[in-house]
Amino acid sequence: MMQNLPVLIIVTPLCSALLCLLLTLINKHFGRAVVVIATAASLVMSVIQLKSVIEDGVIHYAIGNYAPPFGIELVIDSLNALIIVVIALIGFMTVLFAENFGDKRPVVKGGANAILALLITGLLGMTSTGDMFNLYVFLEITSLSAYCLIALGGSKGVVSAYRYMLVGTVAATFYLLGIGILYSATGTLNMGDLATILNEGGFDEVMLVSMSFLIVAFGIKMALFPFHGWQPSAYTHAEPGTRPLITGVMGKIPALAMFRFFFCIYGTDFIYVRYLLVLLGIFSVLGMLYGSIMAMAQNDIRKMLAYSSVAQIGYISLGFAIGTPVALAGSFLHMMGHAFMKGGLFFCTGAIRYKFGTTDLNEFGRIYKKMPITSGLLVIASLSMIGIPPTAGFFSKWYLALGAAGRHEWIYIAVLVISSLLNAVYFFRLIEKVFIQSSKGLKDRWSKGELELPLTIILPVVVCFLAILGIGVFNVKLFDILMLTLEGVGL
Amino acid sequence: MMTTISAFLASKGIYLLTLILLSLGVAGIIVCNNYMKKLICMNIMQVAVIFFFLCFGQKDGGTIPVAVDGLVKAADYINPLPHGLMLTAIVVSLGTTGVGLSLLFRIMEKYGTIEEDDLIKREKKF
Repeated sequence: MMQNLPVLIIVTPLCSALLCLLLTLINKHFGRAVVVIATAASLVMSVIQLKSVIEDGVIHYAIGNYAPPFGIELVIDSLNALIIVVIALIGFMTVLFAENFGDKRPVVKGGANAILALLITGLLGMTSTGDMFNLYVFLEITSLSAYCLIALGGSKGVVSAYRYMLVGTVAATFYLLGIGILYSATGTLNMGDLATILNEGGFDEVMLVSMSFLIVAFGIKMALFPFHGWQPSAYTHAEPGTRPLITGVMGKIPALAMFRFFFCIYGTDFIYVRYLLVLLGIFSVLGMLYGSIMAMAQNDIRKMLAYSSVAQIGYISLGFAIGTPVALAGSFLHMMGHAFMKGGLFFCTGAIRYKFGTTDLNEFGRIYKKMPITSGLLVIASLSMIGIPPTAGFFSKWYLALGAAGRHEWIYIAVLVISSLLNAVYFFRLIEKVFIQSSKGLKDRWSKGELELPLTIILPVVVCFLAILGIGVFNVKLFDILMLTLEGVGL
Repeated sequence: MMTTISAFLASKGIYLLTLILLSLGVAGIIVCNNYMKKLICMNIMQVAVIFFFLCFGQKDGGTIPVAVDGLVKAADYINPLPHGLMLTAIVVSLGTTGVGLSLLFRIMEKYGTIEEDDLIKREKKF
């Protein structure tokens, strides 16, 4: 049981996804119950796994006992153990949250739950795998389920999902081409083995060509600036219940994969690495400015948050572009923090939509009176986005700036500050609408019970609130855990 | 001169053709106005990558990777791995095409058109 944890974490949601639709046909509550139990089990196991990784070091798990490099291997180090906990936690909360939204027909609901579980499976798999082709398979599981979930969001959702599908398939094809080139030159698909072979030297041109394909592929998947075209409309029109997972986590996992290729497989001895990192830096800087400026121009809160994601992904790739261990740790802190911030803000959007049926910023006048808990999260997540201590956002930006200062990249620090100020403009606008603007007299659609909203909405909101503060307060502890892996990686 | 070109084409020409096929697919996705055509171009692009894997998986003088009496050296068999990978990739592309077609159905149902120009006009009404 204990030594099989890495694969059990992935397989449990997968089994629940396969069972869900069948059980829904028997009784409409069974299907959902299975998915909830499976994701909860996955969450518990991921916490145990994180503990064992911190105590005993990296776990190498050969699936089916076929020894790597021939078999598929799962590699869990302290980085992806942490990210797996974040995915499992947000996944679990999203499954609870999604119950309140969407089509009420049992079969559709069951199907949506099954696809949601598949999305969680794909994300967990992409994070833990140590095999390039296996990563492709999980990437496609993630993407296909994401297309379906976005398409469930109504008329505009279908068109956004179709456009995302075209672009996303280009990304997957480019990824396949990239690993095809690497495989044809080295004859291995295992990431650790590949790193050893590539570091013997003599593969520089091959690596450059395949890396250019991989940057485009992961750039599209994580919605990095010039490749972000699909992202705002897809995030805006996705199924409201599943939006926190799609917006909060889905963009970060390709970033993790990009980190693996850049720093764990290629290593810093690769002669073109500095040019590629500068390219990545330019993309991030432009993205941080563009995303923030576009976000300021939006009236729909969903679209505003979607554009702000373009900027926030820029922070993560900026950490890669700086490339020192401290900056990389900042990137990963931002990955985790932003998962809870953006996930939390979309939980809030969903909650407001559930209670008042609106997503227009200008109608949010004084909703804090009726929704104190949700407004609390809105405020703390906004402050964290801007980067005000003691929230998660401040410390991730702090480590990014420290890393940039260490390499004398003053431009990056300047852009970091400008982008944070731009964030302040549109997030203070949000806070102003919620607290100060006069009430528009929105009609309350939920007035049962003591709480402002059903428990399945309140719980994710409270957990995100605590997580944002928790990541901020315990940032040194997290930094130490990240450093277990990042020490010696990077420039 | 001619011999160099023909030698190059004999050894690497197939990759050139695959590259052309890939570019055709990507260009088609960008240029076509009709969503069905975009889907077809997407398929062409995926097939190009499958060709690419099969091309570098092929070996002169190798037979299919099933054990034959008397043939014991690795050089006598082709590597089955690229073909195995491409079986997976074909299944994935089948899945993607399936999702794409069902999305097209929905678009047709809701908007009554799959031409991009008309779609952008009608999208504003929702």
